[in-house]
Amino acid sequence: MTPTVALQDVEVDYRGRGRALGPVTLTIEAGEIVALVGPSGCGKSTALRLLAGLEPATRGQVHRAVGRGETSVVFQAPTLAPWMSAAANVALPLELSGTPRPEAQARATEALARVGLAGAGESRPAQLSGGMAMRTSLARALVTQPRLLMLDEPFAALDEITRRTLADDVLHLWSETRPAIVFVTHNVEEAAYMASRIVVLTRGPGRVAGEVRVDAPLPRPPGFRAKPVFAEAAEAVSALLAAGSEAVA
Amino acid sequence: MKRVVDALAPAALILLLLAGWEAACRLTGVPAYFLPPPSKVMLAAASGLTVLVPAAWNTLSVALVALVLAAGAALALALLVGLSPLLERAVRPLASALQVTPVVAVAPLILIWAGIDHPERAVIALAVLVAFFPIFSGTVTGLRSADPDLERLFDLYGASRLQRVLRLRLPAAVPFLMEGLKVGAGLAIIGAVVAEFAAGSGGVRGLAWQILDAGNKLQTDRMIAALVVLAVMGVAVHAGLERLEGAGLRWWRGR
Repeated sequence: MTPTVALQDVEVDYRGRGRALGPVTLTIEAGEIVALVGPSGCGKSTALRLLAGLEPATRGQVHRAVGRGETSVVFQAPTLAPWMSAAANVALPLELSGTPRPEAQARATEALARVGLAGAGESRPAQLSGGMAMRTSLARALVTQPRLLMLDEPFAALDEITRRTLADDVLHLWSETRPAIVFVTHNVEEAAYMASRIVVLTRGPGRVAGEVRVDAPLPRPPGFRAKPVFAEAAEAVSALLAAGSEAVA
Repeated sequence: MKRVVDALAPAALILLLLAGWEAACRLTGVPAYFLPPPSKVMLAAASGLTVLVPAAWNTLSVALVALVLAAGAALALALLVGLSPLLERAVRPLASALQVTPVVAVAPLILIWAGIDHPERAVIALAVLVAFFPIFSGTVTGLRSADPDLERLFDLYGASRLQRVLRLRLPAAVPFLMEGLKVGAGLAIIGAVVAEFAAGSGGVRGLAWQILDAGNKLQTDRMIAALVVLAVMGVAVHAGLERLEGAGLRWWRGR
């Protein structure tokens, strides 16, 4: 395994608000799916922005083996430009990096089809349901064929059925090109279902409280949530979360 | 039923006030040069229609030309400022100073600059001056209103400064720009009227000149008639722009 991005003794301070994260040491290997789990305010999203190269570390080192153009981010909200069609939103990252418009549009249409939105390209974001908007956001992240995909609580605002469907879709899409995925969540079950490795952060400023490996192949088979390995992983994560909170309290 | 009542309520109030006004004038016998009854005002409006309508058009066209010029200048300057934070810091105090200086106080100066022989240019310049600020400040605010996560995506995709302005900040500013245009249009009419007053009885014969002229001759009914035309014009322009803004926003949001 080769590291895609690594944090070494990284700390982030925000002016006036003190330490937001760290020190944290964390390595993301190529092709693995890592969940970052922690209580609210522990710096999960900060860690994600660090990994994506969107924010500098105050101290410590960030090693990135992927370029900016090979990194994609999906935020908690779909973050689509309301004045553009879904297809134009998806084509945007390609057009900004200089891909000719016809090719960008063709690839956007293809990416939309991959997330199950063939034919929705002409719709405006306001005309899409929450789940469809999130899929559009996912298509925009995938259209550049990233080697590192960051998801910042991408399903937090969706209903339970939609989030489960989208979790399966993300795993299925992962199996096609196998990018490294880092996703932030505070949902323990979601982490145990989607990740090959779960990194638990302590209450803010977050440090690594521990790691849990989920020993089962990806994508997960039907009925995985009823398997002992799923329950054990979820239990271990819950125990680490509780310990991480006590350590500070 | 409720909608009909809602729509009729303002008309009913106006009729009631007019009736009270008419009755008060007749009962107290107040002289017509001091307060003419609404019936006399209506007569004055009807007989002066051939003068009032061109005068209204004169004021309105000045305001519209000023609005277009102000919008162009405000948009251009806002874009420049949007490209350079340093320029924004430099421009802000000047723009604020421009905003808080009363247009009446600047008018004599502008009249000298525009040339005493071309009062219509001075009137347009003054209307531009008052219409400029809301459009400029609305656009500048709008240029900074883009979703911070979308800004981060533009970082991630290595967008150039120009791409960021043209593809993210300018479209994001459209609702603010439309609000600024609406406010600016109202101010352009006020600016045009105030400037006409300041220009005095020169060659500009808009509604303000009608009011001044009637006032000098103590024709109070003509004065009020011109005022009513001015108010109706203002309401019509505002309503038109409100609809335009609504349609623009529906297009922008996609529904």
